[in-house]
Amino acid sequence: MNLEELNATATSERLARTKKRHHLYVCVGTACQALNSEQIAKALQAELKQRGQAADAEVKCVGCPGLCSLGPLVEIESQVNGQAAAAEAKDDRRRSILYQFVKPEDAGEIVAHLDGEPVKRLETPLDQPFFTRQTKIVLEHCGKIDPERIEDYIAVGGYQALLKVLTEMTPQQVIDEITRSGLRGRGGAGFPTGLKWGTVAKSDPNAYPTHVPEGIQSRKFVICNGDEGDPGAFMDRSVMEGDPHRILEGMAIAAYAVGANQGFIYVRAEYPLAVKRLRTAIRQAQRAGLLGSGIGGTAFSFNVDIRLGAGAFVCGEETALIASIEGGRGVPRPRPPFPAESGLWGCPTLINNVETLANVPPIIMKGADWFAGIGTEKSKGTKVFALTGQVKNTGLIEVPMGISLREIVFDIGGGISGGRQFKAVQTGGPSGGCIPAQFLDMPVDYESLAKVGSIMGSGGMIVMDDSTDMVEVARFFMEFCMDESCGKCIPCRAGTVQMHRILTRIQEGRATRRDLHILEELCDMVKHTSLCGLGQSAPNPVISTLRYFREEYERKVNGEQKPEVRIQKPESRSQNPEARSQRPAISS
Amino acid sequence: MTRTPTTPGLLTGNDAVTATSTDRLVSDKRYKIIEATMRRYGYQGHGLIEALHSAQEAFGYLDDFTLKHIARTLHLPPSKVFGVATFYNLFTLKPQGAHTCVVCLGTACYIKGAREVLAAIEDEYDVKAGGTTRDNQLSLLTARCFGSCALAPVITFDGETIGKVAPTAAAQQIAQRLAAVQQAR
Amino acid sequence: MPRTLTINGQEISARNDQTILEAARDAHIHIPVLCHLDGLTDVGACRMCLVEVAGSNKLLPACTTRVQEGMEVRTDTQRLRAYRRQIIELLFAERNHVCAVCVANGHCELQNLGIEVGMDHVRYDYIFPKLGVDLSHERFGMDHNRCILCTRCVRACDQLEGAHTIDVMGRGAKSLIIRDMNVPWGESTTCTSCGKCVMACPTGALFKQGSTVAEMVHDAEKLAFLKAARERKVWNV
Repeated sequence: MNLEELNATATSERLARTKKRHHLYVCVGTACQALNSEQIAKALQAELKQRGQAADAEVKCVGCPGLCSLGPLVEIESQVNGQAAAAEAKDDRRRSILYQFVKPEDAGEIVAHLDGEPVKRLETPLDQPFFTRQTKIVLEHCGKIDPERIEDYIAVGGYQALLKVLTEMTPQQVIDEITRSGLRGRGGAGFPTGLKWGTVAKSDPNAYPTHVPEGIQSRKFVICNGDEGDPGAFMDRSVMEGDPHRILEGMAIAAYAVGANQGFIYVRAEYPLAVKRLRTAIRQAQRAGLLGSGIGGTAFSFNVDIRLGAGAFVCGEETALIASIEGGRGVPRPRPPFPAESGLWGCPTLINNVETLANVPPIIMKGADWFAGIGTEKSKGTKVFALTGQVKNTGLIEVPMGISLREIVFDIGGGISGGRQFKAVQTGGPSGGCIPAQFLDMPVDYESLAKVGSIMGSGGMIVMDDSTDMVEVARFFMEFCMDESCGKCIPCRAGTVQMHRILTRIQEGRATRRDLHILEELCDMVKHTSLCGLGQSAPNPVISTLRYFREEYERKVNGEQKPEVRIQKPESRSQNPEARSQRPAISS
Repeated sequence: MTRTPTTPGLLTGNDAVTATSTDRLVSDKRYKIIEATMRRYGYQGHGLIEALHSAQEAFGYLDDFTLKHIARTLHLPPSKVFGVATFYNLFTLKPQGAHTCVVCLGTACYIKGAREVLAAIEDEYDVKAGGTTRDNQLSLLTARCFGSCALAPVITFDGETIGKVAPTAAAQQIAQRLAAVQQAR
Repeated sequence: MPRTLTINGQEISARNDQTILEAARDAHIHIPVLCHLDGLTDVGACRMCLVEVAGSNKLLPACTTRVQEGMEVRTDTQRLRAYRRQIIELLFAERNHVCAVCVANGHCELQNLGIEVGMDHVRYDYIFPKLGVDLSHERFGMDHNRCILCTRCVRACDQLEGAHTIDVMGRGAKSLIIRDMNVPWGESTTCTSCGKCVMACPTGALFKQGSTVAEMVHDAEKLAFLKAARERKVWNV
């Protein structure tokens, strides 16, 4: 497909859309799908047919619109006064309604009310802060397009950036544009993306010994890191499920910029839906000539393969991820040499996170200045967060960098659920920290989060209320790191075990002040001597809770607080329905 | 773990391909699926994890015979294949029960009571996480996060996601599904 | 092209393909190592050889970091000494390392390092997992309780003998050295009984059958000798 053909497809697709007066978007992301949303789509379709409105309205299965706690969600976009459904949200000739907690049996009522008043009992306002306070770049198409149709992506401008790059820009110009945009890696560490691309582009594939398997021609590689392992994080999953072509487009642009002809998407096997949609997307893009050889009629060739993770958190670390793609144990190796110089099979390799790559096509289309105009001085653009925990609105949000935690938790998130008080926000998963109330007005960007002892991380944001036991939070994350340690380096392998034992002892009321001292000493050592990011950041949850909630540790060490009573028998619990709220697992 | 002394070649010190091993590879059609996966990677070592995924999906677990077969076909040392198979959480060397329940212990689920859900199921079915009930009907596993955090706490039964599970109701929800699949048979 | 750098303030010159460890050794500067063994590739796992490099906020393993022009390296600061002590302490607590009853007593690299870093007692919990002793091989034995998972045996078997009989199974603290598909050593069909793994072992984990307390002397230098002989036809006797 060349640019003309792409434009033709986009035009005809848009035209076809204007012929339908109603567009019914049913979320089929993992969370809504688990609540039977596919049945809802079928029921709506059947209902439209039965009422003879099938020609007039269209049901679309789409990716996650974000507000998972109200799912299954159905959004209806209708034309008013017979005008074409405009793309501009402000256009008053178009009406949008969002229905929450939809069940398949609601289909009849929804269809009956397409032209009249909305179904009041299902409606949830679209002008609530959850939606209005967000800025969508990465998620702009999630919830609007059918992720299993390439035409849908093309209709909203998809693959335009790739063809623009291939026909109008040199690789160096692409790298310069990304550099100027200020885009930084969204996987957690925030390394400048343009700098990384530039290094891979410059690297000589023969500088280090290589061992590329037979049948693979490329001597540079692009890897999309979709091994979203942080518990409580599902940003990348939603993008892969809701807008898979965007990732392929971002990868192809990156590949052109660095001179790679082969790419890999490394996805957790725990995300079967994402894998399926990516596979479909790759097939479609190949058929359309937007992947494969001679893309868009140019000389550029680029293929993408999917590789499945198999349940190892450490494989999110880039050298471990490479070892895993090579078919081995996911064990990291010391850097340097960095993968940009010697990565997959010894070749220069670019590894970018899903969200990072998803930012690339809009930067190319709208320009570096547009992107650099969003966010703060050092953190540009937006960040997608998975907002979960004890907050009213849980789900997926995208906010400009620099927004305050307070806005996220209290405006977008709607505040603490269950009428309790805010205690902390945990960001960065097992590598991050807990941020207490005193920093609620702090801007969310890479530097500020690091300053208060947490990290941006990949985007998990877990809100904790005042019933949360912070020592237990630290113990939970330490157990996670201990189980996920690959075992290669001693500080991480043996240090996490010892730290976990001390934390458990504190929880059981058996710890002394000496234990607390040894714990702090271990935290420092493991942080500074471990081989990879997993070990280097494993102490962070302990360090940050010690920093802000030290009195909770002290109370337990001094024996002022009785150790937590462990789980009750289910029989007694069922007799006493109150028991659960009195003793949630992590809360005291 | 039982060891099958039927495989040929160095792996057992037996140079002749025995009738039983060839039979199993031919008669059990599931090996064709694994074969197809390995062929897709040109029978090269970097296809190991994909081959293990195929085998795990086909058989529900990885036995010695299958691991040796994969090692031989991909020309890899058996110790490496075993090392990889035991490194990743999703691979299991033990046969699983007829049905599988996975309890998510990710952060969001954890702070919403996943540990209690797990304990309730463990109690009800007299099985520890990672184990299988004595009647081989149910394997109970834990996961690090399904990414369905908005539905926390989450469990899955044979791949079906069940969200917002109360500890008091978890065992019952599983019992219902077990009864349904047993009745269907 | 030679590089000039300083290690502990001492100006030295090194080849550009040398690691900090190699350069330091040429200048007779001692850096403690454990998972490093001459003749095998380095993995940077034990973290004993971590050094401070001016301008880097991270500590770098001397065994895998190449020298650079103008590098300022410190190998023996108070902080590094404290970390090294802690690492050795963690190892002593992790499995069972009671020197007095060990075949390698007096010839053990872990023991020597314990003395070197001044680790006179262990403040961490002794984990003492009950791991097996494999005596199924007619000439050699393996005591997993003494194993520190340095993977020197794995590398010796793969890189010098070429059999790759040995690998690591599991992960984290549950990692275990295995032969073939976790079979008893005596039943391994790929093992050539060459004994290189035994030579490579820094502790009493791998030993010759019949050794009693303090009798097991490893022959680790032989591996570098072999490598030079095989690859370069040079016999450094």
